[in-house]
Amino acid sequence: MGKKVLMKGNEAIGEAAIRAGCLNYFAYPITPQSEVAEYLSRRMPEVGGVFLQGESEVAVAYMLFGASACGERVFTTSSSPGISLMSEGISYIAGAQCPVVFVNIIRGGPGLGGILPSQGDYFQATKGGGHGDYHLLVMAPASVQEAVEMVMRAFPLAEKYRNPVMILGDGLIGQMMEPVEFPDHLKTEPSNKDDWATSGMDHRKSNKRNLVKSLYLDPKVLNDQNLLLKSKYDQMKREEILYEGYNTDADYKVLIVSYGTMSRVCRTAIDLLKAQGLEVGMLRPQTLFPFPEKAVRDAAWKESCKAVISIEMSMGQMVEDVERCVQGRRPVEWYGKCGGDVPTPEEVMDAVRKIEK
Amino acid sequence: MGKTFTRPKSLAEAHTHYCPGCTHGVIHRLIAEVIDELGISGKTVGIAPVGCAVLAYNYFTFDFQEAAHGRAPAMATGIKRVRPDLMVFTYQGDGDLASIGMGEIVHAANRGEKFTTIFVNNTVYGMTGGQMAPTTMPGQKTTTSPFGRNVEDCGMPIKMAELLSALETPGYITRQTVIRPKYIVKAKKAIKKAFTYQMENRCFSMVELVSTCPTNWGMSPIDAVKWTEEKLLPYYKLGEYKEPV
Repeated sequence: MGKKVLMKGNEAIGEAAIRAGCLNYFAYPITPQSEVAEYLSRRMPEVGGVFLQGESEVAVAYMLFGASACGERVFTTSSSPGISLMSEGISYIAGAQCPVVFVNIIRGGPGLGGILPSQGDYFQATKGGGHGDYHLLVMAPASVQEAVEMVMRAFPLAEKYRNPVMILGDGLIGQMMEPVEFPDHLKTEPSNKDDWATSGMDHRKSNKRNLVKSLYLDPKVLNDQNLLLKSKYDQMKREEILYEGYNTDADYKVLIVSYGTMSRVCRTAIDLLKAQGLEVGMLRPQTLFPFPEKAVRDAAWKESCKAVISIEMSMGQMVEDVERCVQGRRPVEWYGKCGGDVPTPEEVMDAVRKIEK
Repeated sequence: MGKTFTRPKSLAEAHTHYCPGCTHGVIHRLIAEVIDELGISGKTVGIAPVGCAVLAYNYFTFDFQEAAHGRAPAMATGIKRVRPDLMVFTYQGDGDLASIGMGEIVHAANRGEKFTTIFVNNTVYGMTGGQMAPTTMPGQKTTTSPFGRNVEDCGMPIKMAELLSALETPGYITRQTVIRPKYIVKAKKAIKKAFTYQMENRCFSMVELVSTCPTNWGMSPIDAVKWTEEKLLPYYKLGEYKEPV
């Protein structure tokens, strides 16, 4: 760890990638994440890295694909409409098993929506976005510090699974300034890339050529390929789930499930409610895929807990996963707002009071 | 006396899936010959398109990637930016390059990306069954222009070599064909020149090859060659369009 510096989320994300050993960045400008591109356009030349502003998010996704298919670390940052455009490429990248890191600093949608913070891309990130049976490993930071740590974790994870990883932050994570302490530089090299990457046969002293593709015309082979992908997602569910509890040692009457910036507002609300005599616990998923199913279920089924509420800056997306975990044993409610107007602690308290009665 | 004509090392031993009279096979062989002659197979990465040549990698023995429809130039850009030492080429048809991939090819050429594009223009979408392409000739009947291409509706066929030559960024742009031996010799020279420019890290290069699709044109291979000479070559004129001076 180095010394603490005050940094804007977007710039810290760019710096974190460099410290994770990723010196290749392709991107297209979009609010509210353009500061990453601006920062790296200055910073990449300093470290001998690659910075390229592509002609569109569609093209950027394939620049990442081509570069990653050679076994090099690559990443991009974008925001909601840009991720929609990249989603075609993300499907190919997942199908061809390439380890690319995507950062989505979510803005309000649908369509052009707005440029203020939102969590409206939960479904897109965790359930698909592009076509076909695939998943991204999705992590959701709640602070600039956590964004840095997640970005640095993302590269080894992407390489471990040969699967794209997404950091899902709302606009606030990108725009706010917070003190950050950068972990030491990562030194991990992609370990298995000679087996699959099109790095040039001379480069790996091999007579066996490598082929990176997603087309399997034989139905049996395609099914096997999908089973292989599924086995990776199953392994993620066993090994990569991350979550954090807040006030979960108390005998809480209500359980909040919330992630990202929204979970910080919920913490304040929980403290205020505690002072008023109402115990509320919170489960904060740090990985959205794999979703902490067992942790949410166990927390919801706690004896003292009478109701569960999913609080999100969307019109109720994560609540579907929460309902799935709770399995009808407790009432599951939703509260949220989108458009950029982040719910206040008082609004969260009102929502909790309503279901507590 | 030893063998004077053998299969290039870069060309795989495989049964072709291309139709009789199709020019993909000749073009594949020319690329393999050039890569062997330049001794670069160990550092070459090819990029297959979507279309008839999606399985192109079955016929080559070096590293290959497979693109989405039209996106090969973006993938090639990604490779060359992170591994400038690799020799990269995209292999694209006219539906892939001139329609859905128009944005990617124009911007890659304009940035002067140091890769080579082999553009096979046979005026139709082959793999999907002979639909109209941006390169389909006026009046040409296809499965989606059953009454012939109506230029009032669809505009005139796009001339990619001319269009890319209009960019100010230096590049090597040429149009050739492989329908007769005399053309094949010239086409091979052009392909070799394109790869040589890439080896010298000079510029973007594109070799457009006017090609036949007897199956989707509804012609015999011999008639397809005649039709190419009579109808296509007067419109898609052969020659060197741009040199990187």
